[in-house]
Amino acid sequence: MKCDANCDWGEDASIFFSYIENSKVIKVNLCKYCANEKGVDDPTGYSLIDLMQGMGEETSSGKKDKKKGELTCQECGFTQSDFKKTGRFGCANCYEVFNEGLESLLEAMHKNTEHTGKVPSFVHDTSSVDSLSEIADFEKPAEFAFDELKLVDAGDELVEGDTGISALRDKLDIAISEEDYEEAARLRDEIAKLESEKAEEG
Amino acid sequence: MRFSTLLKNPAEWMRTSGPRNDIVITSRVRLARNLRGHPFPGWAEQGARKDVMNIVRPVLEELGEMKNAFSEEMTDLSAIEKQVLVERHLVSREHAAKGPGCATVMNRNQTISIMVNEEDHLRMQSIRPGLQLLSAFKSLNTIDTDLDKDLNYAFDSRYGYLTACPTNLGTGMRASAMLHLPGLVLSEKINETIQGANRIGLAVRGLYGEGTEAMANLFQISNQTTLGTSEEDVIVHLGKVIDSVIENEQNARLKMLEERATMMQDQIGRAYAILKYAHIIPSKEALNCLSMIRLGCDLGFFAEDDRETINILLTEIQPAHLQISAKRKLTPEERDSLRAEIVSSKLKGLTPPDFGSIITDSNNNDEV
Ligand SMILES: [Zn+2]
Ligand SMILES: [Zn+2]
Repeated sequence: MKCDANCDWGEDASIFFSYIENSKVIKVNLCKYCANEKGVDDPTGYSLIDLMQGMGEETSSGKKDKKKGELTCQECGFTQSDFKKTGRFGCANCYEVFNEGLESLLEAMHKNTEHTGKVPSFVHDTSSVDSLSEIADFEKPAEFAFDELKLVDAGDELVEGDTGISALRDKLDIAISEEDYEEAARLRDEIAKLESEKAEEG
Repeated sequence: MRFSTLLKNPAEWMRTSGPRNDIVITSRVRLARNLRGHPFPGWAEQGARKDVMNIVRPVLEELGEMKNAFSEEMTDLSAIEKQVLVERHLVSREHAAKGPGCATVMNRNQTISIMVNEEDHLRMQSIRPGLQLLSAFKSLNTIDTDLDKDLNYAFDSRYGYLTACPTNLGTGMRASAMLHLPGLVLSEKINETIQGANRIGLAVRGLYGEGTEAMANLFQISNQTTLGTSEEDVIVHLGKVIDSVIENEQNARLKMLEERATMMQDQIGRAYAILKYAHIIPSKEALNCLSMIRLGCDLGFFAEDDRETINILLTEIQPAHLQISAKRKLTPEERDSLRAEIVSSKLKGLTPPDFGSIITDSNNNDEV
């Protein structure tokens, strides 16, 4: 079978993908090189397909009488079995409708099940931060076990303690290696400020 | 900006260099965003998709960054034009296959590209030469902050930015770097590196093909998870790991130069000869030879400036780029011969490799 990507690898299609378009599942046949390229853009989407297809089979009885008494999103008409088939939701509201069971799926996929990153400006109140660059005291990613990586001793400087300052130092290293000297200067000032505050506290 | 203008100018990352450009080809950051109250693109009917496009596109075109931008509905581009955008990593393959109500907006330098109605309503990408993850993120973050004043983003205080696929939930951010790792591949340490990165939650994939089979020795390393870690933490962590991969790659290159100098010279010399004198060259062979020339530039066998020529060639020998330059549809056989023609003419100015700097002493026990 020919690869659908119109590529120049001269390989037969050996990997089969599906995605949803116009509420229909579309199948694509790709050669191993094009399939790789696709996974490069979205490495997690790639593995999710398998996970979902496995899930779908478990509840094949529910699949047949689709839309009969099945949990359905009122806003977009998406059903539980649509999710199992595609691994995608229908709209933002689906996250509330299909909340049950979502937690364990998210646990398997992510580090955590609660968002800790950027917040859009309309969510901000007076007590929250205004922009990412103002979050100085973000937590050091303790769960990242650098030493597990059998690479050169990159983790050596990552000593415990002063999480705020050491996290800033990490950022400073990056800013310097990326030749972003404006950011580096800002971080240096911030570190100096935190250090002098610490010294005052005794 | 018209498509022809975009085409005439290689993307900024191809013609400028950045930090650690010997090993890091590009840094990319993408953010996924959706609007509240509209079905996600995959589930939406055509009309609903067009509604979103009509809301979003004017807002994008108004951005300061998007002055004289390229902005097209995907149905207005030919199949070959769409494939050119894919080959330049400006849109995804899925997006190129999409119909009415899907659009692409990108700035003149081709450093920021925004897909409207790909898997999510907005998929924004920033791409830079070399290792510049933080600055790629910052430029995209500014745009995102501008947009959230005008667009009603789907956001949940617990789950963060809501995305069509739960794997992107939270920050909706994927940060990645494309690395050129011939040293680790030739010394057969690449699988170790990939497994090491996987263990700490990063994905490493060959750009074309896996592990030791990866074409052109190109690999992309990226974060896997998006929920529960802040954007900056992800970038700091990824940056640290990339630093250590770079160090390993450099060590592998040095070790090979010391222990297997003849093999290295042979590979680079052969690549030069093939690229310069072949009349028919398949894609795989061309990419692998270009990788060896790029390595030769890094090791000082060719002039440093020649790296730019290689970067441009890596893109220009791909099928859609070839057909655009021929101004017609080509059969695979025709593409192989045009590819050879383009490569050899581009390399005309390249002086033959100067291996003089390598000392090949008699106790060089090279097995190859
Ligand atoms: Zn293919
Ligand atoms: Zn829904």
